[in-house]
Amino acid sequence: MRIGLFATCLGDTLFPEAVKSTAVLLARLGHDVVFPPEQTCCGQMHVNTGYQREPVPLVRNFAEQFGDPSIEAVVMPSGSCAGSVRHQHEIVAERYGDAGLRTGVAAVKAKTYELSEFLVDVLGVTDVGAYFPHRVTYHPTCHSLRMLRVGEKPLRLLRAVEDIRLVELPEAEACCGFGGTFAVKNAATSSAMLRDKMDHITGTGAEVCTAGDSSCLMHIGGGLSRIRSGTRTLHLAQILSSTRTSPHVLAEATR
Amino acid sequence: MSRPTGPPTNGTFLGMPAVPPRSPYGTGHLRGTRKFPEAARDELGNEQLRRNLGRATRTIRGKRLDATGELPDWERLRDAGAAIKSDTMNRLPELLEQLERKVTEHGGTVHWARDGVEANEIVARLVKDTGSDEVLKVKSMATQEIGLNEHLESEGITAYETDLAELIVQLAGDQPSHILVPAIHRNRDEIREIFLREIPGVDPGLDTVPAHLAAAARAYLREKFMTARVAVSGANFGIAETGTLSVVESEGNGRMCLTLPETLITVMGIEKVLPRFADLEVFLQLLPRSSTGERMNPYTSMWTGVTPGDGPQDFHLVLLDNGRTAALADRVGREALNCIRCSACLNVCPVYERTGGHAYGSVYPGPIGAVLTPQLAGMHGTDHDPNSSLPYASSLCGACFDACPVKIDIPSLLVELRHQHTEESGTTAEALAMKAAAAVMKRPKLFTAAQRTAGLGRVLAGRSGTFSRLPAPFSGWSDSRDTPAPPAQSFRSWLASAEGAATMRAAAAEGARHPDDDAPEGS
Amino acid sequence: MTATARETVLRRVRDALALSDHPEVEVPRAYRTGRSLPDEERLALFTDRLVDYRARVHTGPSDRTAALIAEVLQEHGAQRVGVPTGLDPAWLTAFDGEVLTDSPDIPAPALDALDGVVTSSAVSCAETGTIFLDGGAADQGRRALTLVPDLHVCVVDLSSVEAGVPEAVARLRPTRPLTLISGPSATSDIELERVEGVHGPRTLEVVIRTDA
Repeated sequence: MRIGLFATCLGDTLFPEAVKSTAVLLARLGHDVVFPPEQTCCGQMHVNTGYQREPVPLVRNFAEQFGDPSIEAVVMPSGSCAGSVRHQHEIVAERYGDAGLRTGVAAVKAKTYELSEFLVDVLGVTDVGAYFPHRVTYHPTCHSLRMLRVGEKPLRLLRAVEDIRLVELPEAEACCGFGGTFAVKNAATSSAMLRDKMDHITGTGAEVCTAGDSSCLMHIGGGLSRIRSGTRTLHLAQILSSTRTSPHVLAEATR
Repeated sequence: MSRPTGPPTNGTFLGMPAVPPRSPYGTGHLRGTRKFPEAARDELGNEQLRRNLGRATRTIRGKRLDATGELPDWERLRDAGAAIKSDTMNRLPELLEQLERKVTEHGGTVHWARDGVEANEIVARLVKDTGSDEVLKVKSMATQEIGLNEHLESEGITAYETDLAELIVQLAGDQPSHILVPAIHRNRDEIREIFLREIPGVDPGLDTVPAHLAAAARAYLREKFMTARVAVSGANFGIAETGTLSVVESEGNGRMCLTLPETLITVMGIEKVLPRFADLEVFLQLLPRSSTGERMNPYTSMWTGVTPGDGPQDFHLVLLDNGRTAALADRVGREALNCIRCSACLNVCPVYERTGGHAYGSVYPGPIGAVLTPQLAGMHGTDHDPNSSLPYASSLCGACFDACPVKIDIPSLLVELRHQHTEESGTTAEALAMKAAAAVMKRPKLFTAAQRTAGLGRVLAGRSGTFSRLPAPFSGWSDSRDTPAPPAQSFRSWLASAEGAATMRAAAAEGARHPDDDAPEGS
Repeated sequence: MTATARETVLRRVRDALALSDHPEVEVPRAYRTGRSLPDEERLALFTDRLVDYRARVHTGPSDRTAALIAEVLQEHGAQRVGVPTGLDPAWLTAFDGEVLTDSPDIPAPALDALDGVVTSSAVSCAETGTIFLDGGAADQGRRALTLVPDLHVCVVDLSSVEAGVPEAVARLRPTRPLTLISGPSATSDIELERVEGVHGPRTLEVVIRTDA
């Protein structure tokens, strides 16, 4: 399958390892991974903060970059960016776009997937041949869970990983408190939510907390680093791309 | 008292629809004094409040899931409930007229109130007409919204709240903090202290057992119920087809107020009307299971006008606008009017759970409050209108949407209201930053250059030298989070590098050994 | 001439609708309706739900009604009980206390002095454990009667017990004063913990007539 990889602006810039892992994983599964080079950002931050005019060029660029009919699926290692493409682009296009943009947005929306749902739903794979001999807990991010309804899919993928020790995260479905600019505008409330999330994570004794969104992991990881918890964060793709022959070596966590 | 300025709201321009006005600024309880982040910060510092809220919301969340999970057709009920409410809004003029006609036919009197001020005046006049200087109250969001108790007091009329939680709040001189359980921020120890302090003749040996506290409230209000001549209630539903009003409750205080006094005055928001009596078959399933997590609340009362020999012989229905038509005029925002006040969204909201209801400054707190309050009362009353901060009081986690029995897409409404706010706010520092960010991001070359030189964070923030301390507006973030340094190489530059190309070639070579159709299968 | 509040509000509603597009809505009524369950199932479900709400349940054929009512009243030490005007007098033949027949001019404090009240019921819903009282029916009486006394003994014919809420609501007469009761009075206002017994009757005893 010819897959268009959307790196997301955050992944591309701050968390390239998660995107590399996604690219490698999809290629290893036998797919043709293409990276439309002019891609930038889905505009989620703008829309979620209340700005719908400003991201029009971003929405247009996304539709153009991935509109190529030879791209059969657009895959991204982010539930919230996939949610933005699937739920917000048409709002922007409807309000401030033209007929062309609306058509383009609808076409791309129909073939856009977050990584775990692409693997499980489209490729029908749960065992990707990964090996990760560590104690791991999984945080389902809000947009994956409630916007995209990925449900158990990431957990099914993780359960199939060789030698992983998966531990359940208490109150897993509670938001970590990130919410994009929410963490800036309502920093104190966000911190209180983060604190509870971190208590649950550290309580599991996991070496790694994983999730399908680098943004939430940046938030949780930033908190875990500040309290020197010893638990690191790692994107789901990084676990799934770790194999016996090229295992992911855990970096020393801040203590 | 100031009146809002805005488009023409009277019938001067015949044939030209005018945008209806919001609830008048400075009236009622639809606006706090501080913006949400500041108010929340103080509440967050209250450890007792955090414990009370955490425990209470956890309890109710579990019960609600049990009660809704029990019904195999829960989702179908939600679909029906959502559609009935939307259909109701579409047909509001005819339904209100029908309701008025039916109530009148059955011996009731219908009054219309453009806003809270007018509703308060109507109720006070009706109470005075009876010659009574006190009224019993059934818990009602509409009368809280308009500040009826305060107005009655200014007219020399004493209002007694009879719902246990409302009583606790009233006796403590406090404000409600939850739609269903206004005293959710209080625990049993605090309630005992309030009762010991405020209830005349209470047993000084009163302990903290909830049943004993409830019994103390029973004893206190018993005599009032037996002798009161006027009661004021809200309404959960008003059936247009039959003129039937309904109040859903638990304690029996509602039944007391709706049954024993000679005069009953019901204040109902115009959005509470339902087309058909049979629609109750949906809402009597949705509401109790969503609100208290029960299969059915202990008591529901229904009455139609006046019944000779049974209950109040003088019945008044006050139909309240107070910004509801302004919300109705908003294609997106009107969905908030579908709310049936179950408060499920409050109980699942991670923000509400930490800050409590007072931080929202309105009688409608939590996720629904954050979308309903600005709709009713506006968010541009002043330059620093506290209501303008409400749509941002959410991480957009979506738990409220899942819990809502009438499927109000609260996260989308929040995003819409944020958009309306930025559109009306014009040029702000934030708007400029957003424009700048979009300007960079819409030009791939600029974006790549920005990545290469300084990292995206610097483009957005202006400058970020350290990673444990960031400048305003990110200082709140960096108070409790470290921020990773942008790595030397972005994904795209890695992909374009020799190393990236080699890695991808190697992965593709592996993939060639496992073509699509025999990719390793799930276990 | 200034518009009345009524004219203004209705005008605003019409303006609001004119200003916003509002596509017509079809109400999907795919939820469960028209269910019927066998007697034993309805009885078992209804009993289970009543007990769950701390109501007490007594079951027997109609020739046991008087005996069951008398037993329940005796158990609570009730001496004076109120009944609505149309209650079947045979139901209280086994009770040796005083029976007061209600009338609209008996003031509430007098009802408060009763030890209990015995009434019939209109419809019930098994799935929720809810009893629907029709204030317009002579065997159920005005609302104050079933509200003020602290003990309510309510007789339910099994044939009047419906499976679910839609089936029960369909049997109501809308314009009568209606009271739905699900267990005794309760509150969850203190730490969201349910406790029974506030202002309404603190004890609900349900007598189910299995052949009526």
